[in-house]
Amino acid sequence: MQELHLKLKEKFGEDVLGVHDQHGDETIVIKPAALIKIAQFLRDDADYDMNFLMDLTAVDGLKLGWNPRFQVVYHFFSLKHSHRLRVKVPAADGGSVPSLTGLWAIANWFERECWDLLGIKFDGHPNLKRILMYEEFVGHPLRKDYPINKRQPLIGPGAVRK
Amino acid sequence: MLNVGPSHPAMHGIVRMIVELDGETVQSADVEIGYLHRAFEKDSEQFGYLQVIPYTDRLNYVSPLINNIGYCMAVEKLFGLKVPERAQYIRVIMSELSRVSDHLTCVAASAMELGAFTVFLYMIKQREEIYQLVEEVTGARLTISYARVGGVKGDLPEGFEAKCHEVIKKTREVLRECDQLLTHNRIFVDRVKNVGIISQKDAISYGMTGPFLRSTGIDFDVRRATPYLVYDRFDFEIPVGSTGDCLDRYLVRMDEMEQSFRIVEQAYKQIPAGHVLVNEQGEVVKGEDLVDAAKMGETEGIVTKSATFDPTLAGYHKDNRAEVGTCNKRAAMPPKEETYSNIEGLMNHFKTVMVGHGTRPPAGEAYHAVEGANGELGFYVVSDGTGTPYRVRVRPPCFTIMAGLHKVVEGDSMADIIASFGSVNMIGGELDR
Repeated sequence: MQELHLKLKEKFGEDVLGVHDQHGDETIVIKPAALIKIAQFLRDDADYDMNFLMDLTAVDGLKLGWNPRFQVVYHFFSLKHSHRLRVKVPAADGGSVPSLTGLWAIANWFERECWDLLGIKFDGHPNLKRILMYEEFVGHPLRKDYPINKRQPLIGPGAVRK
Repeated sequence: MLNVGPSHPAMHGIVRMIVELDGETVQSADVEIGYLHRAFEKDSEQFGYLQVIPYTDRLNYVSPLINNIGYCMAVEKLFGLKVPERAQYIRVIMSELSRVSDHLTCVAASAMELGAFTVFLYMIKQREEIYQLVEEVTGARLTISYARVGGVKGDLPEGFEAKCHEVIKKTREVLRECDQLLTHNRIFVDRVKNVGIISQKDAISYGMTGPFLRSTGIDFDVRRATPYLVYDRFDFEIPVGSTGDCLDRYLVRMDEMEQSFRIVEQAYKQIPAGHVLVNEQGEVVKGEDLVDAAKMGETEGIVTKSATFDPTLAGYHKDNRAEVGTCNKRAAMPPKEETYSNIEGLMNHFKTVMVGHGTRPPAGEAYHAVEGANGELGFYVVSDGTGTPYRVRVRPPCFTIMAGLHKVVEGDSMADIIASFGSVNMIGGELDR
């Protein structure tokens, strides 16, 4: 089945903010409130059958002037139909999007990583703590306003004591 | 409660597990990662598109070629580039060799941890021969940086095919030997059979791919499901297991190596011939001498001269460049002869490598997935139209497996963690990035 994004737009018209299929990657941008509803539909509907949450990440649009600032990017994949769909959800600085942990177990770690590196909160996540960085780390390193050369050593000279 | 790791002799990388034990049985496990985080994604946003390629080597340090190729394909997708056919076949051959070396390492290390040291020595010795092949093509064993946006660094060296067949023949023998040492070895089978079982449902929910998913009986392979490069032209099987235990994962990996050999052999039959380098009547001089001469104003006849280069640049000559790289000037460097001998070539070179110029894909986003040795390896690249990637995201295959590792080890005994963890083939480089 092709043009998944257009069919989805027809079905969830009012929740859809935009669609495109640049470079053949079918993409749909949706409102955060509709995320769980649409994700569940994608997973359970026989025509979509997106049983894999392949990837979850986010992009900081600070330098591109995005408003809201972030976009959380989901890549879904269907084992049965071998098709992929990208779903994007806008998120404000300090804002949150619904967690998909109830639908896919892997969302747990992916969302933790997203929180850790970009500081996006996921509502309903059971254990939203840092995963790649250490607990004492201040800030979110993948944000565009986090300087590349900033160091936060835990031990040794220059260590920050709390 | 017991703390395993972060630094533990039976852990392949640095990872920590906090396990709750009841006697010898694991009640629950908490996996902690991040000890090898070195900000790959952040670093990628600082440099040009071509400068990210060496970073991708360090993601999976057992099969770096697949990472290289995966990243380049994502950037090519942004460009909408078509890669020359010969370069595509070269990529397939090098990917499959990497896959074999990765599987060899995984099987060898996990067998060693269960006491089968002989297998480790045999397999690692064989891996060394594959590394030598890789070295011959790329100039390095590990930090290869061989793929380029639009193609590969250079053509395969002369006589490579014959050597490759020889290594494949030897590796097959070693595999047969190791198969005899392990597959029907009661000590080994008792340690891995019905150990570390994961159900299909859990594996899908955790987004596991690669040999881990296939061991549960699902024949998902990116090479077959969404073919890239020229994988749709080969006849190969996708080995699957049935119970999803460590034994199945071992068997799947062993079978996959044979399938990789089949792909390489077919690729050599189908690969379009490279350009035969002929010594022309022109005088052969060193590239740097050409430049020096040109600086002194001795430009007469310089265009007809062909230059020889440092071995690291070999294989990217004017005559064969069209077969190994795209001719799109926005993405690829010109042949070295042109860089050294005429101003257009030099400018083209300058525009692709200098800061503030560089390779610039049009603004947009692309996700490209390849089948890494551990599963789906995806690169999501966002471009804002400048010479620096706006965002590079890797979907590391072992991240999802590690996320579900507690499911795999729960209910087994403490000693079985070693077997289960060995079969994950955790690669710290791509897990923590």
